Amino acid sequence: MANWLAHARFIIGALTLIVIVAVAAPASAQQPSSVNPTASAVNEDQLLQQMKIISGRGSIPDAKSYNLEQPAGRDWREFHQKTLPWIGAVAILAMLALLVLFYLMRGMVKIENGRSGRLIVRFNAFERALHWMTATCFIILAITGLNLTFGKQTLLPLLGPDAFATWSQWGKYAHNYLSFPFTLGVVLMLLLWIANAIPNRLDLEWIKRGGGLVGNDHPPAYKFNAGQKGIYWIVVLGGGAVATSGYFLMFPFYATDIAGMQLAQVVHGSVAVLFVAAMFAHIYIGTIGMEGAFESMAEGTVDENWARQHHSRWLDEQKNKAPSGATPRATPAE
Amino acid sequence: MARMKFLCDADRCIECNACVTACKNENDVPWGMNRRRVVTINDGKPGERSVSMACMHCTDAPCAAVCPVNCFYTTADAVVLHSKDLCIGCGYCFYACPFGAPQYPKVGNFGSRGKMDKCTFCAGGPEADGSQAEYEKYGANRLAEGKLPLCAEMCSTKSLLAGDGEIIAQIYKERVVKRGYGSGAWGWKTAYKETIAT
Repeated sequence: MANWLAHARFIIGALTLIVIVAVAAPASAQQPSSVNPTASAVNEDQLLQQMKIISGRGSIPDAKSYNLEQPAGRDWREFHQKTLPWIGAVAILAMLALLVLFYLMRGMVKIENGRSGRLIVRFNAFERALHWMTATCFIILAITGLNLTFGKQTLLPLLGPDAFATWSQWGKYAHNYLSFPFTLGVVLMLLLWIANAIPNRLDLEWIKRGGGLVGNDHPPAYKFNAGQKGIYWIVVLGGGAVATSGYFLMFPFYATDIAGMQLAQVVHGSVAVLFVAAMFAHIYIGTIGMEGAFESMAEGTVDENWARQHHSRWLDEQKNKAPSGATPRATPAE
Repeated sequence: MARMKFLCDADRCIECNACVTACKNENDVPWGMNRRRVVTINDGKPGERSVSMACMHCTDAPCAAVCPVNCFYTTADAVVLHSKDLCIGCGYCFYACPFGAPQYPKVGNFGSRGKMDKCTFCAGGPEADGSQAEYEKYGANRLAEGKLPLCAEMCSTKSLLAGDGEIIAQIYKERVVKRGYGSGAWGWKTAYKETIAT
């Protein structure tokens, strides 16, 4: 028994010695280790394939800095340098070309029966003040916004780097601060005119009959026809989209991460250039496109014959509200 | 002329953050901003890896492309610098930058963005080399003194290398051959559209 134990002890001892020598040998040989101590560690190519943003943990408070790489920046660059200028230039130039063409073909839409001389209140002082406040903000926001996308190619060579930077800096201040009255304007417009802007069956007929723009038909309309309702919804929805995305950009990283910021800029830029294009049509029809239209927002009153031609149902409503004899001027439009 | 680059040998980075501190101190980077930082991926888990990152001074730099006022310029050493006199603090360079390099002081409207600040490869800005005005806006101009960026110069494990791209790539290649492994030059594919064949 004791003999067997001694044998076993000898065998175990010998095996242990072999193992120790085998393990220690490469270390003492001083050869370049073929063992990679970080073999299991993450690898850049693999991470770039797996995720859009390589991020980890950092030891400074700025959480944005924990992103090591975000190749998605390239996509945003592509959008900002190519897609957005293309959308903007095509939308705005196409709209301007369309308007010029339309003006040459149709000319100013006249008041068919001439002016009656009888005026009727269309927009009261509050509505006009609201319109012009929002419009002024919009124009400044549009110019300063377009400056960021197109200024480098157009204004910078004219003004030189210093003057262009100063102008752009003030443009940024104006863009940021005027966003507040603009948003207020959009919200008030939403509330003030929504009752007049809900689409109804009459709008279908108006569209079918070309809205008086195509041909010389004058389909009936209430206070707003389908085209004006369209402008209303472009302002309310487009304005809502640019305002919301704009506040994300103005308060960077308060509510979102880098992907959210890029998305906010994509939405802001795309909607804004389309919005500007749409507003050119609105400005056209409100000024040189139609006789008697501008005064409704300037003085607040329109000629009765204009109202009969373009907004017959609305005129009827107003007439019913103010029975014979009452001067239309004394009657508020609403 | 040399083509300046950074190279972080991630197999050597021990996440000591000395590069971050050295950069802040050398360039007097304002409170709340860091031109360089160390990011640890899979921290505390198997496969952990730390990488020191700052502006990579890209070829065809995205920041310069998207800047609406063209405030960026590339020096003869291929260092991407910018003018704080022209910058309007719009934030676009941060959206485009693959490495999160641009930083903004919270001094602008609504405390959001002032003029952008980023790694200058310790090469100052458009002002006269070594002038007080240059130091106040952009920090040190070590390059003009014949020195390399301090972050890399004082890296304790020599994980972070800065200098001419070909020379630091050569150093890295030799290391990889000697030790038998290497995780590659992090960010090079994105920044320079090239990698170091190892």
